[in-house]
Amino acid sequence: MAVHQISKLNRKVAPPIKDAKEFELELPPYTKYTLSNGVDVYAIDLGKVDAMMISWIFEAGNSYETKTGVAAAVNTLLKNGTSARKAFDISEHFDYYGAYLNRACHHETAEITMHCLNQHFRELIPVVAELVTDSIYPADELAIYKKNMQQRLQVNLKKSDFVAARLIDAYLYGASHPYGKYSTAEDYQGLQQEDLVAFFGQNYRNGACRIIAAGKLPPDLVPQLEAHFGGLSLHAPAPGPGPGWPIQPAAQKKYHVVNDPDGVQGSIRIARNFPNRHHPDFQKVQVLNNVFGGFFGSRLMTNIREDKGYTYGIYSYLVNNRQESALVISTEAGKEVCAPAIEEVYKEMNLLREELVDEEELEMVRNFAIGTVLGDLDGPFHVASRWKSILLNGLDENYFREGIRIVKTITPEELQQLAIKYLDPAAFFELVVV
Amino acid sequence: MMIKFERFQLDNGLRVIVHEDASTPMAIVNVLYDVGARDEDPKKTGFAHLFEHLMFGGSVNIDDFETPLQLAGGENNAFTTNDFTNYYIQLPAENIETAFWLESDRMLSLAFSEKSLEVQRKVVMEEFKEHYINKPYGDVWFRLREMVYTRHPYRWMTIGSELSHIEQAKLEDVRNFFFKYYRPVNAILVVAGKVTTQQVRELAEKWFGDIPPGEKYVRDLPVEPRQHEARRMEIKAAVPIDALYKCYPMGARTEQGYYVAELITEVLGGGTSSRLHEKLVKEKKLFSQIECYQTGSVDPGLVIVEGKLIKGVRMEEADKAIEEELEKIRSTPVTEKELTKVKNKTESAIVFEDMSVMNRASSLAIYELLGDANMMNTELGKYQAVSINEILDTSRQIFDPRNSNTLYYYSEK
Repeated sequence: MAVHQISKLNRKVAPPIKDAKEFELELPPYTKYTLSNGVDVYAIDLGKVDAMMISWIFEAGNSYETKTGVAAAVNTLLKNGTSARKAFDISEHFDYYGAYLNRACHHETAEITMHCLNQHFRELIPVVAELVTDSIYPADELAIYKKNMQQRLQVNLKKSDFVAARLIDAYLYGASHPYGKYSTAEDYQGLQQEDLVAFFGQNYRNGACRIIAAGKLPPDLVPQLEAHFGGLSLHAPAPGPGPGWPIQPAAQKKYHVVNDPDGVQGSIRIARNFPNRHHPDFQKVQVLNNVFGGFFGSRLMTNIREDKGYTYGIYSYLVNNRQESALVISTEAGKEVCAPAIEEVYKEMNLLREELVDEEELEMVRNFAIGTVLGDLDGPFHVASRWKSILLNGLDENYFREGIRIVKTITPEELQQLAIKYLDPAAFFELVVV
Repeated sequence: MMIKFERFQLDNGLRVIVHEDASTPMAIVNVLYDVGARDEDPKKTGFAHLFEHLMFGGSVNIDDFETPLQLAGGENNAFTTNDFTNYYIQLPAENIETAFWLESDRMLSLAFSEKSLEVQRKVVMEEFKEHYINKPYGDVWFRLREMVYTRHPYRWMTIGSELSHIEQAKLEDVRNFFFKYYRPVNAILVVAGKVTTQQVRELAEKWFGDIPPGEKYVRDLPVEPRQHEARRMEIKAAVPIDALYKCYPMGARTEQGYYVAELITEVLGGGTSSRLHEKLVKEKKLFSQIECYQTGSVDPGLVIVEGKLIKGVRMEEADKAIEEELEKIRSTPVTEKELTKVKNKTESAIVFEDMSVMNRASSLAIYELLGDANMMNTELGKYQAVSINEILDTSRQIFDPRNSNTLYYYSEK
């Protein structure tokens, strides 16, 4: 039958599509278990491959440090020595079983995440328990870390995008806020073993912790976690946003920094402070952001890359911060076209403030967003990362449902009101680093 | 886990592979074209990659590729390597026909718009600046490739050997390139996800069946002659830290030696329990970071050791310490434990990579290009079969001092 149609095929007409609004999106639920010490385990049992991921998420981000760089050093060096094992033995143990043990330090939280094949997890989690109770931060390991981090910093400081990312955060939140401060060579040099050990004791060994596990989970996972973590001196995090340091945005709005006189491109960052996920406008502005610069089909990309060719890419996004977010526009553009590129960004802001988004464009944005969520709900690790963002921001599944409802129903008039409120060029910091 | 698939060919020569996975709501449509930077004219390098950009600039019946795809809830991207060019679309399975419509129309013919060429030339030049000029050490691979490959077209980067080649690209070049390489006989279509073979067969016939087959491109590239003596190069540049690079030619992707070389690079440079990290970063404190990896190219590739030196360490001393480690792996068998470790790591890497249906789709296409999509199911066995003696033999061949290419990249102060 298909063969007969070939000659009649009309390639100018798009095949019919199922509209995004018809897709039912449900975030697969977790099962919650509570260990004897009060630590919650969120288990997402999905998928058909015998592999899993476990994250131990501590309230141990840089908001909890008193000396810059301590939280990150403590997190990175969790793998570098306990009283029973040297750094090499720890690495070799995880490598031997083909496990990945990643660490990450954020502003409020810091985590250890392990990916492994199910057949090996029983050999691995006792060692994770050892790391979070008995890391000793050997002097030699710290000395190597200090030197290597200073060298890495020196290389990064040659990159305009690295410099721009640090500066824009400092303008938004103030250079002493955990979101705005950054490590200098002196900070690395000043790291002391006793500070690390003390921070570790307070925020890991006796810290506040959540566990998220995802994959095709073995039936004895929770009993194993209880056996190795349930008796530790850990506790559940207190509700609420965390330390909440005072936010002090810079007074000056526009900056031009020459980092490398021979640079051929400028790193452009245009940003404003924005409320956190609990604000009723947050998820609505995510839709506005998609129209503006949130994906390849957005206005910024269409105009500044696909029409003008000023850049390889331009995006805008809302920062995932617990206390306060920011709306950021980010691009690298040829040195000689930075000024016109910035002008076009403001033009696009004003256009959204002055004119209604037409239905066809909004339809495309809605459908793209729904398609992305649908793809994002595919597989246990994607689902876990959705839940992680919800849980760590003190939200629940209603946040997800409300987000979908907003994408499907928000009107051009609402978007224009939001643009008037949030896309006022005068409210933005503007930075170019060459 | 066994990856199941069906394979058939259309009358115009297009190879089609279907991988059904009903557990996802999504479908993947992946089209691989058998052309990469290695197929370029040495005077017009960077063309395969520039061309990849032009594939989004409208086709003969469809002005705008992105909008209808986004309306269907889809997203897409593409990448160009020295060996091939790969395009993929992910979208809700219900809307799969949109992907067939879009991909088949751009295989039928591009719009060849002057405006698109003009804009994408600029975009690619900004990409060039962003990744290779405006970045410390950004020029390293241009220099290394030119030192290592004297004849083979791996001499140049996919982005092109210089900005001027991209600047000078003409619409005529674009048209010729398209009709030479972007034909059904030179392409592999993989459809994966919530689809059935029957459905894909019908859609493939309907949308791709009437595209003229084109002429099969028969690759005849200059072969890189065997290297007989060590090569060295020195560069001074405005970077803060001295860096050291050593490249050693190895076998081609489909040879058994490839699997052995991959495990060798894991023993030497795979993570913080690897030999180079333990000896040279931790014990001797000569490097702040060091890596060992291989390029994985289809034609004979390279094993690379690269590291950044600790301030104050002399280049010759650092070089000597690397050579001592390479001498060790050439002369002493790896331990059973080390071998098991790198095999376990490889198994894990394969399992995690194959969890994503998008990765499975592109892997099937790449393996089919290499000769047989079913290699996807036999790879792990090949790694597991590698013996201690093979590691020793292959290390001897690869790390022969006459086979080395060393670059001292000095910080200019």
